[in-house]
Amino acid sequence: MSTGTDVLALLPEALLFLGGMVCLVGGSFTPRTRQWRLRLLAGAATLASLGAAGVAWMGEDRTAFSGTFTVDVATGAARVIVTSALLLLLVIAAGDLKDHPRESETCSLLLFGGAGALLLAGSTDLALLVVAFLLSSIPLYGLVGIVERPTSAEATLKTYLFGALFGILLMLGAVLLYALAGGTGYDMVRTELPGAPQAAIAAGGLLVLAGLLFKAGGVPAHFWVPDATEGATVTAAAFLTTVPKVGAVVAVTRLVGVLPGDLRWATLLGVLAVASMTIGNFAAFAQSDVRRLLGWSTVSQVGYLLAAAAVAERTDLGLPALLFFLAGYVVTNLAAFAVTAAEPGRRSLDDWAGAAAARPGLVAALVVALLGLVGTPPTAVFIGKLTTIAATWDAGLAWLAVALAVNTVASLFYYLRWIRATLRPETDRSETTGVQSGPALAAVVASATAVVLGLLAGPIWLWLT
Amino acid sequence: MLSLLVFLPLAAAAVLLLPSIGERLARGAFVAVTGIEVVLASLAWGRYDAPASGELALEQRVRWIPGVGSSYHVGVDGLSLPLVVLTTVVFLACAVFAVRESHRPRLQAALFLFLECVCLGLFVSADLILFFVFFDLSIVAMYFSIVGWGHGDAARSALKFFLYTFLGSLALLLGFVGLYVASDPHTFDMVELAAHPPLQGQGLAGGLVLSALLLGLAVKTPTFPFHTWLPPAHSDAPAIGSAVLAGVMLKMGTYGFVRIAMPMLPDAWRAWAPVVIVIGIVSVLWGALVAFAQTDLKRMIAYTSVNHMGYVVLAVGAAGVLADGADEARRVAVTGAVTQMVSHGLLTAALFLLAGSMFERTGDYALDAYGGLASSAPRYATLFTVAAFGSLGLPALSGFIAEFQIFAGSIATVPLTAVAVLGILITAALFLRTLQRVFTGPTTGLSEGFADVAPREWASVGLLLALSVFIGVLPRPLLDLIEPAAAAVAHLVGR
Repeated sequence: MSTGTDVLALLPEALLFLGGMVCLVGGSFTPRTRQWRLRLLAGAATLASLGAAGVAWMGEDRTAFSGTFTVDVATGAARVIVTSALLLLLVIAAGDLKDHPRESETCSLLLFGGAGALLLAGSTDLALLVVAFLLSSIPLYGLVGIVERPTSAEATLKTYLFGALFGILLMLGAVLLYALAGGTGYDMVRTELPGAPQAAIAAGGLLVLAGLLFKAGGVPAHFWVPDATEGATVTAAAFLTTVPKVGAVVAVTRLVGVLPGDLRWATLLGVLAVASMTIGNFAAFAQSDVRRLLGWSTVSQVGYLLAAAAVAERTDLGLPALLFFLAGYVVTNLAAFAVTAAEPGRRSLDDWAGAAAARPGLVAALVVALLGLVGTPPTAVFIGKLTTIAATWDAGLAWLAVALAVNTVASLFYYLRWIRATLRPETDRSETTGVQSGPALAAVVASATAVVLGLLAGPIWLWLT
Repeated sequence: MLSLLVFLPLAAAAVLLLPSIGERLARGAFVAVTGIEVVLASLAWGRYDAPASGELALEQRVRWIPGVGSSYHVGVDGLSLPLVVLTTVVFLACAVFAVRESHRPRLQAALFLFLECVCLGLFVSADLILFFVFFDLSIVAMYFSIVGWGHGDAARSALKFFLYTFLGSLALLLGFVGLYVASDPHTFDMVELAAHPPLQGQGLAGGLVLSALLLGLAVKTPTFPFHTWLPPAHSDAPAIGSAVLAGVMLKMGTYGFVRIAMPMLPDAWRAWAPVVIVIGIVSVLWGALVAFAQTDLKRMIAYTSVNHMGYVVLAVGAAGVLADGADEARRVAVTGAVTQMVSHGLLTAALFLLAGSMFERTGDYALDAYGGLASSAPRYATLFTVAAFGSLGLPALSGFIAEFQIFAGSIATVPLTAVAVLGILITAALFLRTLQRVFTGPTTGLSEGFADVAPREWASVGLLLALSVFIGVLPRPLLDLIEPAAAAVAHLVGR
């Protein structure tokens, strides 16, 4: 296969990367008040990438660059989800970054991070996995710290240190598996590994998994998530809780699919999933800052996603359930973050008192987003959760299905706290900060999409199988 | 036909969200749409032909998520059609009752029309996922109704209501997934699942799935010991919220027993029937005794709901006990259970609306704050007395028809269930004592200057009570509708 067609297979990723480069360079030549042009350009590049992803989805499954990158349904879905998320993020960025000195840099980092996450999702080679991890992590550190605030320094440091640590673990694991399999390609891993010592396989697999869990923000590599969502800009917070997770969760699915002894890996992943859900939920109970609350909520949501990832290769229902859940989660979570971006003055739950009366449309979007995250029908997350429960049960992990349901009930409590706060009569709010129209629009669009995705689950499902 | 019936209120609710619609227009639209719904439901009854056992009439099926064996499948039979008609009537009564509402009437009308859509949708669903969608949305809508229009510690009660019933709904969902995973080919379709019940002869798995379903439905019904969310939710809910909650939404639990649990898990149901019967008896007695101890009118009515739903649980439990020559009795028990759902819906909705009238005038539900109300508000006293007598099971009212059949069927199958008759005795005592305390004697306390019922209250409560009397005097049209479907359920559970 020629290099030309190989490059073409990575066109959506390449377009994102190119767009990011142009933003980065162009930013230096554009006056600060005109940087919205570059945001527009970033949007155009993302749209082109989305189009290319759509065309690639129509085509047949294939691999590129000697089997290191695979284009299949999972890659296709990840591409569509990530590029759509980036489009929403560019609109959300209008809130806190319009005419900001770092506007164009943020846009390019968003695009780089998106490209990295997509490489992560499509990678079927340990070496490429390591590269993709770095490609998606480095923009992340930049995004968290790009706008200097008292809180962002701690968030950046924590993210960076965790990222560095888990990145090293991932490399270590990749090296171990490479040594055992005699090659880095997943094909080699699948065929050569069964003869290797069990303990070494377990160690290698665990280490790679740990690295990916950092990207996914799942237990035990989740500590940076709430700090980052609280300390960074809303745009960065919304990005880091959605886009890297898509890449990481799909990568976890691929990895677990090729490691020998799949039942034990599914069980292990299930245990980690339950830990994520439970710890995320219990930590979210006590939060009063809405962004920190959302940060912990994403930790619990990753738990549900990992549950789907655990059984993705084990039942027919698994992979479509995971991909649908990812799409639903990303759009719903973005809606919630967009709402906080639209009302930057309301940070604590108490600040949201009186919001329902003052901003009914925005609060309606918030209610849809929060109830959507709970998994209330007919939103997309409901279908995702339902099919995940069915898939885990079908795969023989009924305990995981029960844990999912119980955690869903637990999560209701803190989402409702926020909804209740908006319904309370307003207490003396002295300063009224202006509402950001861009993020408000993104919030309404995203929450509407969350409902529409759920209602159109049937046709979409056919695409995912 | 059914889809129009279900989604017309939703469309009306969407229009009412437009801020430019005035309050008068919104209230008028609320009454008009709920009125049209009653007409549509009556037309559906007119076009209804009893379907064969295990099938549905007025069916409609559209692909929804074929990948997971779920479709938009609706239809009615003798179990669901009475509840559909009941739902439209209760909502009409609520709309008429609320024509003087001054607190955000436009949003209230939109919310209740949305609630009507999900309640109707639930009763016509023939797909477990569709059923669950409506089940969950009804909880969300009722939560906002209590938070937005309730009084007292409404936010707290609403949260308790939401958490409790949401827990129940997820248990239910687990049960549904269990049925789905066990069926072959995998499906969520109720008709197919009832025709080919999965998990037959698999004691443990069937028992686990049934216990998940029972937990979910028992919370919603509610039965002892899962009833504790009900009294606070009722006492802090607005009058029409309480009427819908008690009149329509509690039936979702009991309807689930006859529609889902019994036909789809007959083996497990028979094995668990003794447990169900005991839960029913305890609910009957516990509900009656605790109601007897209440000093707050709304809490008292709420606990009588636990008692009344207990009869339904008792009857469906008894229908699961196979005995020689008891087939007829089991059919009678199921018929009684469905009749009781309708009867309780009418009477309790009426009682809650009357309690709401009382609160509007005085702001107090305390029973001992009143005395001799009959002389200052004779028409109010008349309506309340009729509703109370209906609720305690006096002949010539619908409660008697229902409870008589429940006991006739249950005692013939399981003689021990006769203990539950004590429940009737206690409710009779408590209603008579309430009537005596509040309405008779010299006019004292808050009864002084108590304005008698307004036309809107006459119309709404009168409509509900008139139907109850109609069923009590001429039960045949309703029983003709219910009996074939009840016989089908009794047959299915005996497989």
